[in-house]
Amino acid sequence: MSSSITIAPPFDEAELVAKAKAGDHVAFSELVEHYERRVFRMAKQITQNEEDAEDVLQETFLKAYSHLEDFQGNSKFYTWLVRIAVNEALMKLRKRRSDKTVPLDDPIDTGEDVVVREIAVWEDDPEQRYSREELGGILDDAIQGLKPAYRTVFVLRDIEELSIEETAEALGLSISAVKSRLLRARLQLREKLTRLFKRKGNDALAYL
Amino acid sequence: MLTCKQFLQELSEYFEESVDPAVRAEIERHVNECPNCWVVCDTTRRTLKVFKGMECHAVPEAVQRKLLAALEKAIAEKKGFDSPQRVDH
Repeated sequence: MSSSITIAPPFDEAELVAKAKAGDHVAFSELVEHYERRVFRMAKQITQNEEDAEDVLQETFLKAYSHLEDFQGNSKFYTWLVRIAVNEALMKLRKRRSDKTVPLDDPIDTGEDVVVREIAVWEDDPEQRYSREELGGILDDAIQGLKPAYRTVFVLRDIEELSIEETAEALGLSISAVKSRLLRARLQLREKLTRLFKRKGNDALAYL
Repeated sequence: MLTCKQFLQELSEYFEESVDPAVRAEIERHVNECPNCWVVCDTTRRTLKVFKGMECHAVPEAVQRKLLAALEKAIAEKKGFDSPQRVDH
């Protein structure tokens, strides 16, 4: 059979997982190919270290492969993968800390970090002022500036788009802890972006 | 009406699809009357949008090669483990 036109079949996660569980390595490779970018990005964002992210990427798929039989299909395969990746990434993060105490555990909630300092409207399309690389750099830097406890929750919920419940499960946190960290992360990021994206000059207070 | 402090505590919830309609209505009432909180709400919404649109770059080729090599090795090992023992005569 030969054809000059190849149409990629639609990505059917459940079918690929079933095939991979039955020993089909090609199916597993397709799953890897489909999710490697996102796992790698997430690993970089959580560990903030390229080398660690490479290890996390590899460990995640190796573990997924060797524990494939344990995947029961109660959650989406991707959610299961993210759980493995998050654990690997957090281990890396802990190892990097000389005192071994990454504040991934409950930060003391004084309510002081629920803050709004910058109150200014944004330009209409502030993203357009930057090249894609520049914008990517800005967003990466903003995420890097968050405490690991907030960063991890934000990455899972707002970038990887896991639900609040899935995020809580992946991190072993309560729903209310996820929500409280998410609020802080979102407000801190808003603060950082507002400093860059706010409307300048006389228009800045035009909303009043 | 919500105070600005209460508004801030509920703000994150506002962006969840599962938000309680009563909470949503309270927030909307507050931002309609409080210009500062309107700005905070709008810029938070836009912050989330910018991050959701973040690009996801391809894995660098060298990294991908290492990953594939590691997987191939694991697959080969599993195959070797699964296959029946060779019997020497």
